[in-house]
Amino acid sequence: MNSKVIEIHGLTKKYGSFTAVDNLNLSVSKGEIFGLLGPNGAGKSTTILMLIGLTEPSSGTAKICGIDPSRNPVDVKKKVGYLPEDVGFYDNLTGLENLIYTAQLNSIPLGEARQRADQLISKVGLSNEGKKKAGKYSRGMRQRLGLADVLIKNPEVIILDEPTMGIDPSGIKDFLELIVRLSREEGITVLFSSHLLHQVQKVCNRVGIFVGGKLLAEGDINSLARKLFATSALTIEIGISPPSSGKGRAKPRSITAAGLKNKLQSIEGVDAVKMNNNIFQVECSGDISSQLARAVINSGADLNYLNKKEYGLDDIYYHYFEGGNGNE
Amino acid sequence: MNKRVLHPFWVMVRKEVADHMKSWRFVILMAIIVLTCVGSLYTALTNIGKAVDAGDNENAFFFLKLFTITDGTLPSFFIFISFLGPLLGISLGFDTVNSEQNRGTLSRILAQPVPRDYLLNAKFMAALIVISMMFFSLSFLVIGTGLIAIGIPPTPEEFMRIIFYTLLSIVYVSFWLNLSILFSVRFRQSATSALSGIAVWLFFTVFYPIIINLVTRAFEPSRYAPAHIIYMYNKLKFILVQIMPNELFSEASTTLLIPSVRSFGPLTIEQVQGAIPGPLPLGQSLLIVWPQLTGLIAVTIICFLISYLLFMKREIRSR
Repeated sequence: MNSKVIEIHGLTKKYGSFTAVDNLNLSVSKGEIFGLLGPNGAGKSTTILMLIGLTEPSSGTAKICGIDPSRNPVDVKKKVGYLPEDVGFYDNLTGLENLIYTAQLNSIPLGEARQRADQLISKVGLSNEGKKKAGKYSRGMRQRLGLADVLIKNPEVIILDEPTMGIDPSGIKDFLELIVRLSREEGITVLFSSHLLHQVQKVCNRVGIFVGGKLLAEGDINSLARKLFATSALTIEIGISPPSSGKGRAKPRSITAAGLKNKLQSIEGVDAVKMNNNIFQVECSGDISSQLARAVINSGADLNYLNKKEYGLDDIYYHYFEGGNGNE
Repeated sequence: MNKRVLHPFWVMVRKEVADHMKSWRFVILMAIIVLTCVGSLYTALTNIGKAVDAGDNENAFFFLKLFTITDGTLPSFFIFISFLGPLLGISLGFDTVNSEQNRGTLSRILAQPVPRDYLLNAKFMAALIVISMMFFSLSFLVIGTGLIAIGIPPTPEEFMRIIFYTLLSIVYVSFWLNLSILFSVRFRQSATSALSGIAVWLFFTVFYPIIINLVTRAFEPSRYAPAHIIYMYNKLKFILVQIMPNELFSEASTTLLIPSVRSFGPLTIEQVQGAIPGPLPLGQSLLIVWPQLTGLIAVTIICFLISYLLFMKREIRSR
């Protein structure tokens, strides 16, 4: 069985001489939450538009659930829910009416549409606002209504383009949790585009980093980090007090900073030690913070703090952005 | 089961019709048109007595005079329609597509499993339904008022002429509607598209005739030129005028509402020879307006086609 829900081969989109998406290859399996991460203008939205058949690719193919969106856009749209960036609703209709309208466009009978709209509107936390005109909705409320609008057709895949824009922090948390829950409970595949790393990090199983129309890296966050910082996945920062303090409590057993550096270097698992004014940056392949701490204390230095620095998406992101800019 | 599910296309049409009906724009337009029609009907009714007394052979069609008669202070009903029809068409259509785009609803609706042309077709269909309802009710109101005021019912032929005239006005307004839909697809700002619609309208009603006058005057043959040159000259003038949709409409509506009109453009003496002056039967009047009607329908279809091509190939971005 082919469990790939989204398959993209050599997808390219050119606007004149400008290449917005450049030879993109990507596949997303069923039930996965895939994050497309990239700065503004990286070609994320263009890729999504090609997936949903709202624009024609210049070359290459995209397939959703085995259907080509540029040939059978209507069939694709039956299975895919798309939440555009900064979604809009008919201002003169209420939130519920907007949902029912969408349901009817999906050939859902009116009675069922009403029922489903009611359920969904409380699911996205708008049950009190359902009877308000959509024109009075705030940006965040529109975005929530947008999610309900996407879900009303019972999609197999949902594609969200910058879905958290304009939602307040607690709202973002709810929103992301809702997406994760839906994906788990109903096995919906989610493609999520964002330029905000932390959200992507929070919800996505896999991430693709998109810069200048190219997919620079793809994989889960740990493997991305491993790929990127091949030798050392972890940096431990150690701060010690100056070996000789001004208060005359100089310790007889204290050693110089350089000596400590050598000592740390000899511990197994340590790749490199950098020293900078009583702060040691220890790059190591595994979590050996306890050994390091013991070594520092045994050497007689005062351990001020010890900080484990894991490579997050931030570092990955900036690393690639620098790389992306450097190529141009 | 299947019966109870409304086809998505009709769901869209229903929503669009409801939107038109509830909009202030429609109320204002309706008010303008109803007011002008009441005004022209009033002048027609106060002057109809004189018209009947004239005792010419058009008396048989004096009910139609309700639509055409005037005492010179206010234009007649059909002049008003030919003047306000374009305004109605343009204002119903100028923000068809670009308002959806600007509200961010376009990409959401097109992400639903409906073919893309449904949106365009549904919007056109909805506006057409609204216009048809409006024009038919206006015509019937005029007939009803006339019936009460003068107490003579229209003959079946008069009734049919009024119906055909109403259909013709609908075709005419739908031309302007399609033109403004075209502009709404082309221009992202609704103000731009409204202005371009009005510009085209002004061009055809005001400037084009002036230009034609200037151009044809340059070719004007002398009074002593051979007959065939004068004939050719008049023919050219006539053809140039025919490009204007408003001219097509006014020719066609004149023919339908004034049965004694029997031709447009230059006629030779040979052609007129032997003709019995008198009103034409409906079938003959229809034959005369056939080219005008076809022309109007053709330009309507061309406008629709261009907007269709532009829209189907378009990339749909959100906002």
